[in-house]
Amino acid sequence: MPTIRLRVNGKGHSIECSSSTLLVEALREHLRLTGTHVGCDTSQCGACTVHVDGRSVKSCTMLAVEAEGAELTTIEGLAKGSELHPMQAAFQECHGLQCGFCTPGMVMSATELVGRNQDPSESEIRHWLEGNLCRCTGYHNIVRAVQTCARTMRGGK
Amino acid sequence: MANAQGIGASVKRKEDRRFLLGKGQYTDDLTLPDQAHAVFVRSPYAHATIGKIDATAALAAPGVLAVLTGDDVAADGLGGIPCGWAVKNKDGSDMVEPPHPSLAQGKVRHVGDPVAMVIAESKAAAKAAAKLVDIDYDALPATGLLADAIQPDAPQVWEQAKGNVCFDWHIGDEAATDAAFAKAAHVVELDLVNNRVAPNAMEPRAANGHYDAASDNYTLYTTSQNPHLIRLLMAAFTLHVPEHKLRVVAPDVGGGFGSKIFHYAEELLVTWASRRVGRPVKWTAERSESFVTDAHGRDHISKARLAVDANGKFLGLRVHTYANMGAYLSTFAPAVPTYLYATLLSGPYDFPAIYAEVKAIFTNTVALDAYRGAGRPEATYLLERLVETAARQLKIDRVELRRRNLIKPEQFPYQTQVALQYDIGNYQATLDMALAAIKYDEFGARQAASAARGKLRGLGMSTYIEACGIAPSALVGALGARAGLYEAANVRVHPTGSVTVFTGTHSHGQGHETTFAQLIADRLGVSTDQVEVVHGDTDRIPFGMGTYGSRSASVGGSAIVKALDKIVDKGKKIAAHLLEASVGDIEFKDGAYRVVGTDRQKAFGEVAFAAYVPHNYPIETVEPGLEESAFYDPKNFTFPGGTHFVEVEVDPETGVVDVVDVAIADDVGVIINPMIVDGQAHGGLAQGIGQALYEEAVYDSDGQLSNGSYMSYCMPRAADLPMFKVGNHVTACTHNPLGIKGVGEVGAIGVPPAVINAVLDALAPLGVTDISMPATPEKVWRAIAAAKKGG
Repeated sequence: MPTIRLRVNGKGHSIECSSSTLLVEALREHLRLTGTHVGCDTSQCGACTVHVDGRSVKSCTMLAVEAEGAELTTIEGLAKGSELHPMQAAFQECHGLQCGFCTPGMVMSATELVGRNQDPSESEIRHWLEGNLCRCTGYHNIVRAVQTCARTMRGGK
Repeated sequence: MANAQGIGASVKRKEDRRFLLGKGQYTDDLTLPDQAHAVFVRSPYAHATIGKIDATAALAAPGVLAVLTGDDVAADGLGGIPCGWAVKNKDGSDMVEPPHPSLAQGKVRHVGDPVAMVIAESKAAAKAAAKLVDIDYDALPATGLLADAIQPDAPQVWEQAKGNVCFDWHIGDEAATDAAFAKAAHVVELDLVNNRVAPNAMEPRAANGHYDAASDNYTLYTTSQNPHLIRLLMAAFTLHVPEHKLRVVAPDVGGGFGSKIFHYAEELLVTWASRRVGRPVKWTAERSESFVTDAHGRDHISKARLAVDANGKFLGLRVHTYANMGAYLSTFAPAVPTYLYATLLSGPYDFPAIYAEVKAIFTNTVALDAYRGAGRPEATYLLERLVETAARQLKIDRVELRRRNLIKPEQFPYQTQVALQYDIGNYQATLDMALAAIKYDEFGARQAASAARGKLRGLGMSTYIEACGIAPSALVGALGARAGLYEAANVRVHPTGSVTVFTGTHSHGQGHETTFAQLIADRLGVSTDQVEVVHGDTDRIPFGMGTYGSRSASVGGSAIVKALDKIVDKGKKIAAHLLEASVGDIEFKDGAYRVVGTDRQKAFGEVAFAAYVPHNYPIETVEPGLEESAFYDPKNFTFPGGTHFVEVEVDPETGVVDVVDVAIADDVGVIINPMIVDGQAHGGLAQGIGQALYEEAVYDSDGQLSNGSYMSYCMPRAADLPMFKVGNHVTACTHNPLGIKGVGEVGAIGVPPAVINAVLDALAPLGVTDISMPATPEKVWRAIAAAKKGG
């Protein structure tokens, strides 16, 4: 089996896995980063969303070997120590999560959005999150959380 | 509010931090030392006899540890998967209760029926080897649709179930109902289908079994809403090991919506297989596997008839329903279209006579059972579609017709004609709240504005009732339940005054770790930070029946309150001793025991400390320690209700329905945490709107599921839904100590008929009078085209 070098949450890892190993499998099974979840087998649900060089990617649609040389961030790498990322804090503040299963993917996806667009409209948020399914919240409080985070990151404006 | 974190406070959730940091521990996240992996070989046929199973090639594949089949299950004497509720036929005879082997025995009866289990070093190895298991199938005629299964020449799913009938049941007074129809000024008729849906909790089911030969102990980690029930069923019926040797853990669970209540074969099989191979065995469903193995919901075909007098007063209701059971009886399947459906057919209305017949039907499909709402959405959809049709046919305003028939506040307790007695409610109050929230009077202007843009705007409503916290045990036992429906709690006060609560309910998104901590904060005056709520582990929690039917707060919370009463009472005895006063003179308030009328007091923490360091203590009469358990068996169901409004805009060119506004007013009883209660309503609304507009598990007549993945099963997405306006009017439940009714299912129950009524309101000017769920763009477009052609 080939050895693959992955850089995840600022740390380098060498793992032995087959060339067909998906990035999500490498993260969950080889690196035990189980915050990234698998909710479907057709790349629809978005629970496995991580950042690859700052862009949100469904890690079930990418081979681990393709991620060599990239800077990966998973949900475990978003907070600064014990301080939640503003998106994580906003999800808690707005009750944007219930069972928590879709949450890591939802947070990673939403984080890229507010990085690109500091003041997204409700419609822009809803369309951006079309690749992330949630069965618990009806999206209402997720939308509020993203709006709240965007406001925080704009400095409360 | 006695405490800023007590009942009524929107305390932020304690459980969120671990989920937000990616540190939740779901079943599949757990990998045990020496972990082996299982993959199931499942039937591709809806109905077939099984010939030879040749596992030679699979056993020779790399990393394979074992291939197990129905023969191994039979040889080891494992029990079949039991049904937990036995319904009687009209004539008093028993329902047909066919066997449900965990691995197929000679026949398969639905696509996805497990035939063999491959265990290997890795999931990839097991998956590769599963393809090598060679199974001879001889396909048999199958019946995949409820509508086909009730035809006289339909293929038979079970020989013992003639005409595919599982049971033929009824409720109500047929003669009185016939008499009501005989004197009716109008009879309104409606034929309805309640569409089959797949629950789709975002976390697929998973199970990890571990047998420890040294201690002869079994541990099962599983995605369950009720681990104690799973342990009970495995101990008594399927695995046949005593309960003290079996630990069932349901760790973080990623949503359930009913689908994780039931005892599934995989739970038994991984636990048994661990004994066979001497290693822990883990199985995790892929989503396409979930679609054909998780119990689905709904799937009714009904005829409904409403008798109305000349003044628009309801005289009687007559309903005939066929309910799909699937191929096997899932744990609570028979209860859903009977005691959770037909008993709700009076809705919030004063009906002098009701008669309902329900025939449960086998088909060659995966089982159907409770899914968010479980029977109540089917009853509400039928009734609210019927009432809306009556309003149109009788030309009475839809709100006015409902007002004439709603049960009035002074009529409670209200005895329905279908067994239930509603304790309390105020349906007029929630109706008025919802009318204001949707700005009912201004709808005409909004409709005109839409019309100016070429869009058809419609407003739909439903006034509904539901029943939560199914109980009491003695009653449900008489109705066929094979389990009690109480709840258990243990409250352990630690020496320094912090508290651990052990609850038999299970949280898989509902936020119990926060709301139950609020109950403790409210009563004992401690901070929620000082409270830990433990759930989901049969080794840590005395007992429990789990979470379903919106029961956790009303039944589980009441058990906690009973335990707290005992804690407070014991503390009074200790405080009386410490304060040198008589027990009768001690009051407990704001976290302290006081001698009434004096400033002499002991903080709760001081009393707790004295209980564990009993140096100055009434040791002759009071035991040391401060820990109490309680079981609570409810006296009745609780009855949430309310009014839901939905406003839609239909594009007549494309048939696309856009939900532009949703305003609801519910009465869910006393609210512990408004933030969480609103969140529960939101989620239910999304699932209800999903059923009404997007979702349907489509089987073909041969029993193949046509849309078993997210490529083709339409889940509601963020852009499909609006912001929701949620309001509450509280009438406190009269028979539990907290006054709570329950909120978990109200959205999914109330909203589907409001959506369809809105679509029909939009299409009414074109002459469209009926449309079925889900109202997809194609269906709406065809209805418009047909109406234009016909008109």
